[in-house]
Parts: sequence; C-alpha cells; structure tokens
Amino acid sequence: MKKVQFKSSYSQYLFLAPQLGILLIFLYWPIIQTFRDAFTMQDAFGFGTQFVWFDNFLFIFDDPAYFIAFKFTIIYSFVITLITGSIGLLLAVQANNVMHGKSAYKTLLIWPYAIAPAVVGVMANYFFSERFGLLYHLFNNIWGFNWYESVFDSYIYVIIAGSWKQISANFIFFLAGLQAIQKSVIEASMIDCKNSFRRFWTITFPLLMPTTFFLIIINITYAFFDTFGIIDTTTIGAPSGETRTLVYKAYMDGFRGLDLGSAGAQSIMMMLIVLVITIFQFRYIEGKIHYN
Amino acid sequence: MTKLFTSGFSHLILFIGIFIMIVPVWMIFASSTHTSSVINMGGLQMFLGESFYDNYLRVLLYKGGFFKEITALKMFFNSFIMATGVAILSVVTSLMAAYALVYYRIKYASFLFWIIFITILVPLELRIFPTYSIMAELNLVNSYFGLIVPISASAIATLFFRQFYKTVPDELLESAKLDGANTWRFFIDFLIPLSKTMIVAMLIFMFVFGYNQYLWPLLVTTSEQYWTVVMGLKMMSGSIVHRFAFVIMSMVPPILIIVVLQKHFIKGVFQDK
Repeated sequence: MKKVQFKSSYSQYLFLAPQLGILLIFLYWPIIQTFRDAFTMQDAFGFGTQFVWFDNFLFIFDDPAYFIAFKFTIIYSFVITLITGSIGLLLAVQANNVMHGKSAYKTLLIWPYAIAPAVVGVMANYFFSERFGLLYHLFNNIWGFNWYESVFDSYIYVIIAGSWKQISANFIFFLAGLQAIQKSVIEASMIDCKNSFRRFWTITFPLLMPTTFFLIIINITYAFFDTFGIIDTTTIGAPSGETRTLVYKAYMDGFRGLDLGSAGAQSIMMMLIVLVITIFQFRYIEGKIHYN
Repeated sequence: MTKLFTSGFSHLILFIGIFIMIVPVWMIFASSTHTSSVINMGGLQMFLGESFYDNYLRVLLYKGGFFKEITALKMFFNSFIMATGVAILSVVTSLMAAYALVYYRIKYASFLFWIIFITILVPLELRIFPTYSIMAELNLVNSYFGLIVPISASAIATLFFRQFYKTVPDELLESAKLDGANTWRFFIDFLIPLSKTMIVAMLIFMFVFGYNQYLWPLLVTTSEQYWTVVMGLKMMSGSIVHRFAFVIMSMVPPILIIVVLQKHFIKGVFQDK
C-alpha cells in the first residue's frame, strides 16, 4: 500500500469508469445471462423459457459426448504442457549456455509465438492432408497413420498442431527465468558440483520453480481456450467427436445445436474447473515454492 | 575439450529447434510461389517457383468470400483496425484503472480489485453467446465497435500496471505534490512517461492478441465487409496456391511486430533493465 495517496474524490471514479464500464456491460452482464441460460430451458417451439433448476447440468452429465470431451481436454492440456514445457526448457537452457549468437537464437525461436492458433491449424492441415501431407505419409508408412479413422492418430495430429507455437512461449519465459538467476549462485554451485547434469536438477531447476508453475497455468489455459482455432481448422473433432475440447463442444452445442441451456451449463462447468485450478495454484503450489 | 563439446551440443539442439520452427513455414511459402498444377502433381515444394507476384497480387486484390464482396487487402485493413483498437482501448483503460487502485485511498479498493481481477478467469469463450446476444440487442453486430470492445474487457494489463505502480517510490508523488501537480498532471506528466516501457510491451501484447482473434470475429460479423484476416482464412475459397499465399501473408504482421519490437516487448514484460 502506498503511504502517500490522493484523497478520495470524484476523479477516482473517472479513472475507474472506462474499465469498469466495459467489464460490467461486456463481461458481468453476459456472465449473468450465462447463469440464466444454464438454469432455464427453451420449449420446443422457442416461444418461451422455463426455469428448470439443474436439468441442463444433469443432461450434460448424462451425455457420453461430454465425458469424451472432458477426457480429451484433460489429456490434451496435460500432454501439451509436458511437451511444450520440456522442449521450451531444453531450448532455453541451451540458449543460455552458448557464448555466441544468443540474441540471434532468441529471435529465431520466439516468432512462432505471434502466429494465431487458427493460422497454425490451417498450416498443420497441409502437412496432415491425405493428398499431399508430408507428415501424414511419413506416419502412414511407419504405422498406418490415419487420423480420419483412428482416435490415437487424431490425438497425435492435434497435439503436434497445438504444441508447435506454444514451444516459443515456454522458451521465452524459461530463458527470462534463467537469466534472472544470479551469476554468483551458479558460480558457487560450479565449485561444489562438477556434474553439470546434477547441478541443473539440484540448483538451477528449483530456482526456476516460479517460472515453471506460471507456465503450467499459461499452458493449461492455452490448451483449454486458445486451441479452439486449432481444432476448428484441423480435425473439427474427427474421427467422431474424440478431439473436441470442452470449449469446442460447448460452442458447437450452442451454435449448431442452438441449445443455449446446455452451452450455458457447460460454460459454468468450465468456469468451475478454471476456478479450482486457480485456487489450487494459489493455495497449494504457491505456498510450497520459494521465490528468490 | 569438454567445453567445446558441450557448446557444440547446445548449438546442435538449438539448430534442431529452429529447423522445426522454420521448415513448415518455409515449405508453405516456397509452395505459394508455384502454380497449382505443380502442387497437385508434386505436393509441397522445398524450392521457390516463379509465380510469387501472380499469386500474391491475385490474393490481395481478388474479391472472395461467399458473395465475392471482400478482398484480402480489406481484411488486412479490418484486422489492423481491430488490433489497434483493442491495443489502445485496453491499455488506456487499464492504465487509468490501475492508477485509481494504487494512488487513491478508496473505500472498497480490495473489492474493486477483485471485481477486476476475477475477470481473468472468464475468457470470452465462456460467455460467447450471451455476449453475442448483447451485441445484437445493442445493434453492434457488424461494426468495428463490436469487434473491438468486448475483446478489450481484459484485466491482464491492469494487473501488470498495478504491480508496476506499486514499485514506484513514494517520493515521486511527494515531490510532484510540492511542485503543485494535481492528480491529472501527476498521471500524465510523471507516471505515464515512467511506465513507457511497460506501455509499449502491453500495446504489442494486446495488438497481437487482437489480431489473432478467431472465434469472436467469426460470430460477430455476418457481413463480409467486416471479415478479418485470421477468420477469413477459413472462409476464403480459391485454389491451393492462393490459400498458401494467404496463410503466409496472414502471419506477417504479428511476426514482424514481435521480431522488430522484441527488445521492448521482453523488457516490459519481464521488467529487466
């Protein structure tokens, strides 16, 4: 808290008004509407709505497709976090190691961060198309890859498409984290421990914990929400709904199926999931790591 | 000797990383400079062809879409307006809100902070239909306002600015007050110049965020006149090489911004000197 402040006056509201105004109209109002949708149902002819308590929620729990999407979202965010985190870390450690060309490497590795997920998806399409997709044919020759029919293969497709650009984000943050570690700590550890591999896991990596947990959250949110554009431009859920994320399914049910009650209930379930992850992050993880 | 070996190993790993990043984009670019028949016969190409100007000019100026109403050039214009609008609107509103939160003794300060902070947990994807119906009620479908404002309801920049203001020494305000600066003068003449690096970083971040929007423009634009580049990729018809060319062009603006302004971006986000 600042010791010196301005006294409360009308001008504080002028400063707050623009942001609060936008948030109230375009965020809080829609959220209230989402709750209203989730607890009501439109009758078959669309003439009116009826309050139905938790029926919409019960319907989505009864829907096997919801659990398929749930399972996929969990697997997808876990695998993307693991792949992009470890490759990003590996590259950041190497870039931090080299004497020459550090900034050139940095530039050459961060630009994919700027590409839109939907654009990445369109591009991935060309490498996984049956007609001339290089990766399609490479994998097809090895184990008969066919994402149009095999669930496992379609997972591989969307995981590669989803991981590619996210490696850059992990790289940037890990590199910044590494550079923030004080030189003296590293130098001291070099005297104590000759094995550079062990030195990394016992000294450097624990110091990177804040960055790591921050990136876990970033990667999970990316896999939950930002991959919409990737799914919509690659498999569109192929083979038959197995590669739909929860967000993608909610959108499809609301948009194609015009079932706003179900879409609302699914959105609220997502909000709960995000809330649980956030609380977990604050309560459990933040207490266990040390910031230097 | 081991030193030479380990640094050689580092370079090798980095080269593999760069290879994985560059080759896919290069192949689409190389393929976009050929004619469709080359692609249809021989697949994706590794080397440049001779149809660069033909393909790119045609994509930029040809009227596409379902009703053949919009050129890629117009989509770039729309994307630019949207991204700039999102960047400026969200950064200005965040600067102001963070200022009020840190520099005023507000009664319900922590309540207000939570009202703003909690919105980070509810991305647009979770409230997309209600937001759309509000836009429809307000008659803002198919407008730049509709493309920009709901996306700008973001509190990330507010958090960053708030964090930064807290590190500004108290003496700054004291001396400004001695100089007779009122709240507006202090904000504009002292605080904004001081947070320049962070403002630039946030502008870059929000510009790329706005440019890369896909789902929202897809929903809120029914008229082709308001199509943006990233959503237009899916809607555009055309032969395969023209699609390649459009994909490549769509990447150029955000990549250029990130690469050229890389230093400012990283400096602002990580606050290193």
